[in-house]
Amino acid sequence: MPRIVGVDIPNDKPAWISLAYIHGVGKHLARKILKEAQVDAQVRAGKLTEDEVSRISQIIDRDLVVEGQLRRQVSQDISRLREIGCYRGIRHKRGLPVRGQQTQSNARTRKGKRKTVAGKKSVKEMR
Amino acid sequence: MGRSQKKGPYVDQKLFIKVQKQIQSGRKEPIKTWTRACTIIPEFVGYTFMVHNGKMFHKVFVTEDMVGHKLGEFSITRTFRGHSGNKAEAAAPA
Repeated sequence: MPRIVGVDIPNDKPAWISLAYIHGVGKHLARKILKEAQVDAQVRAGKLTEDEVSRISQIIDRDLVVEGQLRRQVSQDISRLREIGCYRGIRHKRGLPVRGQQTQSNARTRKGKRKTVAGKKSVKEMR
Repeated sequence: MGRSQKKGPYVDQKLFIKVQKQIQSGRKEPIKTWTRACTIIPEFVGYTFMVHNGKMFHKVFVTEDMVGHKLGEFSITRTFRGHSGNKAEAAAPA
């Protein structure tokens, strides 16, 4: 199993699918990288030669921010928003949607599991 | 959804003149403004603005990190006092 950019060890899948296991590399980017490295995207990742692997990791090192560094960058961006106290920062602090989505209903990804409120009338009861 | 590069950032001219006056005279007094849509430019750093939120003026001290944002982003327009029975959160809003 080839190692690309540190810890990532993609498996017996086609090269472009395995590359997408790297945080910060999606399927689209994976294909682009392989094209630039002139590696067949359909070859299983395990069958890549050392030379091919090093070409791939060179391109990633040169052009992309991936894995830990990317995670750090994202969380820094968020903490910057929090610190300056702008609207987006406040939404991050409160754990609510940041990009103007509705919150009367849905928004469960940000709000987490429903918290049932005792004594709140449901639609059924009101009839 | 970005603004056209050709136009450059939107900066309210009246507000810009006010800031420049303060720069020239070396004073740093809060500037009252209603122009929430005005982009914060590097010249604004270190000055205080009173940004209207529809009801009152929020004091906003501009730091370097705020450049590129709009003044309105720092003056909240909604008050959330928490849900009934949720007493812990009730005191939180600014």
